[in-house]
Amino acid sequence: MNKTATTQLPLAVERRNDGMALDLDWVRGAQANTSAIERRAVTLPGRRSVKKDYQAAWLLKAITCIDLTTLAGDDTPGRVRRLCAKARHPVRSDLLAALDMPPLTVGAVCVYHDMVPTAVQALQGSGIPVAAVSTGFPAGLSPFHLRVEEIRESVKAGADEIDIVISRRHVLTQNWQALYDEMRAFREACGDAHVKAILATGELGTLRNVARASLICMMAGADFIKTSTGKEPVNATLPVTLVMIRAIRDYYQCTGLRVGYKPAGGINKAKDALVYLAMIKEELGDRWLQPDLFRFGASSLLGDIERQLEHHVTGAYSAAWRHGMG
Amino acid sequence: MTIKEKFDTMDYGPAPESAAEALEWIKGFDGKFGHFIDGTFTKPGKTFAAKNPATCETLAKLTQAMANDVDAAVTSARKAQPKWEKSGGHARARVLYALARLLQKHARLFAVLETLDNGKPIRESRDIDIPLAQRHFYYHAGMAQLMDTELPDRQALGVCGQIIPWNFPLLMLAWKIAPALAMGNTVVLKPAEYTSLTAILFADICRQAGVPKGVVNIVTGDGAVGEMIVQADVDKIAFTGSTAVGRRIREATAGTGKALTLELGGKSPYIVFDDADLDSAVEGLVDAIWFNQGEVCCAGSRLLVQEGIADRFYDKLRARMENLRIGDPLDKCIDVGAVVDPVQLDSIRAKVAANDEGEIFQAGQVPEKGCFYPPTLITGLSPASNLMQDEIFGPVLCATTFRTPGEAVEISNNSRYGLAATVWTENVNLALDMAPKLKAGIVWVNVTNLFDAAVGFGGVRESGFGREGGWEGLSAYTKSKTKPKALKPIAAFAGDEGPFDPIDRTAKLYIGGKQARPDGGYSRRVWGPKGALLGHVSIANRKDVRNAVEAAHAAKSWSTTTGHLRAQILYYIAENLSARADEFAARLNEMQGGKSGQDEVGQAIDSLFTYAAWADKYDGQIHNVPIRGVALAMKEPVGVIGAFCPDEAPLLGLVSVMAPAIAMGNRVALVASEPFPLAATDFIQVLETSDVPGGVVNILTGSHAELAEPMASHMDVDAVWSFSSSDISGVVEKSATLNLKRTWVNHGMARDWWANDARTFLDAATEVKNIWVPYGE
Repeated sequence: MNKTATTQLPLAVERRNDGMALDLDWVRGAQANTSAIERRAVTLPGRRSVKKDYQAAWLLKAITCIDLTTLAGDDTPGRVRRLCAKARHPVRSDLLAALDMPPLTVGAVCVYHDMVPTAVQALQGSGIPVAAVSTGFPAGLSPFHLRVEEIRESVKAGADEIDIVISRRHVLTQNWQALYDEMRAFREACGDAHVKAILATGELGTLRNVARASLICMMAGADFIKTSTGKEPVNATLPVTLVMIRAIRDYYQCTGLRVGYKPAGGINKAKDALVYLAMIKEELGDRWLQPDLFRFGASSLLGDIERQLEHHVTGAYSAAWRHGMG
Repeated sequence: MTIKEKFDTMDYGPAPESAAEALEWIKGFDGKFGHFIDGTFTKPGKTFAAKNPATCETLAKLTQAMANDVDAAVTSARKAQPKWEKSGGHARARVLYALARLLQKHARLFAVLETLDNGKPIRESRDIDIPLAQRHFYYHAGMAQLMDTELPDRQALGVCGQIIPWNFPLLMLAWKIAPALAMGNTVVLKPAEYTSLTAILFADICRQAGVPKGVVNIVTGDGAVGEMIVQADVDKIAFTGSTAVGRRIREATAGTGKALTLELGGKSPYIVFDDADLDSAVEGLVDAIWFNQGEVCCAGSRLLVQEGIADRFYDKLRARMENLRIGDPLDKCIDVGAVVDPVQLDSIRAKVAANDEGEIFQAGQVPEKGCFYPPTLITGLSPASNLMQDEIFGPVLCATTFRTPGEAVEISNNSRYGLAATVWTENVNLALDMAPKLKAGIVWVNVTNLFDAAVGFGGVRESGFGREGGWEGLSAYTKSKTKPKALKPIAAFAGDEGPFDPIDRTAKLYIGGKQARPDGGYSRRVWGPKGALLGHVSIANRKDVRNAVEAAHAAKSWSTTTGHLRAQILYYIAENLSARADEFAARLNEMQGGKSGQDEVGQAIDSLFTYAAWADKYDGQIHNVPIRGVALAMKEPVGVIGAFCPDEAPLLGLVSVMAPAIAMGNRVALVASEPFPLAATDFIQVLETSDVPGGVVNILTGSHAELAEPMASHMDVDAVWSFSSSDISGVVEKSATLNLKRTWVNHGMARDWWANDARTFLDAATEVKNIWVPYGE
């Protein structure tokens, strides 16, 4: 990956996670105490606060971590081109100038397979990667060989990142070997493209399952683990985030490999973005606060951040129509 | 620094809460405060400084109370009390409700003032201290409302002297004042000299809430003022603070008849099993020992980790510690604020410096100015280390390992304290097995330091006695409506006639299920009212007390038997007593004269039936707490109870003391009626034939006055009761100071042994342990 925008070059090229042998003892030993995790999640916003210039800086950082997304049945090339234009210029130039910030872009643009060529073309030269949702997104219940083939097609079409969906049934039946094998096959099909494993946590039943599925996907070579498709009844939440990033931390401590994290769905307020960033900073550390290791899967978050940034610059509350739409 | 630089570093930056309004409030008093007596603020007198420990700057001047101030406060409270009590539950509920509302309306002012004065992070005062204080007033507004219907036999104690610590100034005030006022008492409260400002703001609020003059009085000053309150004409002392001061108060109030509750220190275990969610357990420790700079009586300050995961757990913990932010308590992004005072800081430093065991790890950047101490972890300690036994009252976590659940219990209970305990495991069997075995008043499962007004807070052993909060906390602020009569000393009869029994009978002591001769080898003659020699009775000495207590401890399995089994045995005792009713009736008449023997035996059988009935029915509660989970209020036996049985009603009295105690699972060392001991020694045979396991009931005969001290000072006795007509209440209370055991003495007042007040006895025979179990998968 690392086709990141100019303002956010990572400190060093991260070694890619090639995975490891399936370690079932580790997987089965993973615990997640729901009440305690919820407690940590609910008290964190009261424990961490970012104000004034720092807040503006954090919000700008959040923008660089957004996977600007359109995953609708009525997507057209025109719609996708419009989104890509916004991805190149997520913040009004006068606001950036007032904040004394160089130009920046979002983290990636995320579309369905058929829109990949349009997006690739529209983003040419911007350094913004194109991500494609794949493997029978969102349910992941199409024939296995077609799901693998879908990945190959998207890579061929120029996608830099592939967001795959796991088979929830493997988690719900505790068939960890099957989940591992599936993820391995997806990763292999991705080749040089980076793979984000969507766990669809809203359908996994328990946080313990989330913890175990996270570990399996990392062991099978996921570059990112991602909460949701955005289509489940419950999408990204702070408790789920805590479980997944703690799994990432454990995996890093064990293997030395950094896996990225992407919460998706339901994050649409600037304030929420700050809480997510604080949670990442607290639990994983500053290294993860870069777009090569952290992304928001969001479509309307950007608009709220733009309004907050204008408020920061002018001191007056802003309006949505003052910012160019995507 | 430019925004671009901030963008690159992603630091938090400062997030200060403004102190302006709080400082403005202080300014409104010209920075000088008097006391709050009889509804008005007195003029400032001789003052001392209230300092902000984070900056060492003086915030305000407070007045050191003199004897006349305390007198005025007590007089005012005394004068206001009858009217306040008579105003009725609903009228008091309205006032408490107004206080709760006003605390809410001025929430941020209270929070900022608390943080300025105490040094605790604004997050904690804002999100924990102040909301909990509000909740306490709401909850007890409800208790005031319900008192008339739910506690029809209880009345206010009168004037309560309340002395509170500096770690949770407003919250401790709420814990003290809310229940006292709800039950119709009036109060004289002394906040800690380091942290009096929110108490004064509260006084200000009282005027707005319509609290009648004299109902709440607040006097400020140091420990000398506390001593004056203890000595003053008050009906009760409620103290929260150090065990050392608690001891002094116990000693000072001994024999005075003043009611007393003590919430003292702790060294609470925090147990992590190998199947726990380790990351959550690490996070729990942040709330256990770095919350409020570790200045928490129930802080999880002793970490016990299962050996196999210890290294991994310590690594995670050290990594977490690196992320703790220490500094300006008014910053909204701070985890650990300032220690309350340089004196406390020195004390923490000295205790850590004196330790030469284990490995010390300290994290975080500590500001140069102000009273700050870094979060500290000391691993590799053993239970024998001072740091594992002594309270530090600072952000210092002391750690050791264990192998098995049994060993975790053993290490946990290897402490003079018994306030709280925390257990982390995903195994519900293990958690619910551990909770009853831990010597503590509170057990948290997979969570820590949760508090609520509905849940009684308080400990066992040297952590004090009494509960604050919940239904169980109300007994500390009420007394029975029954008017007690004075109890006259009852002397043994004298005589010079020959033996009454045709064959000599030897009445021995009953220890560990065996009849035993007294250690001293002395006996005393027992005469009837007309001078007949009824027999001889052993004179027990301190060694017999020791033996009886040892035997009682050996019978510890009694405490874990089922209520059903204990009921069976109590019924069996009644059955066997009934079979020999005539003989006992005759004996009672021979000893005491008169003809009440038959009635007394009948009442004793009734009493045995009553407590047999209760043995499996004195249920605990499930408190309604504002979390997804339960707080189980379990009634546990107190342990080993030493009891001086009444001199009057020699059989009924003994049975009425023994039966509730053993019904609840206690083991007892009973000292029989001194003038009329032979009913008790006859009763030994009833016990022997009733399947009572050896050691559950031990019976001594002898001088109450002589045995009071060895019994009450015995460190392995958990409670002492006295209904003796000898004047031993003072000695019992004073001797109990050593291990701060619970006492229940008559202060020379009689009790009607024919009255049915089983609940009073059952209450005394049990401790409430609250077990918090959040759930959710």
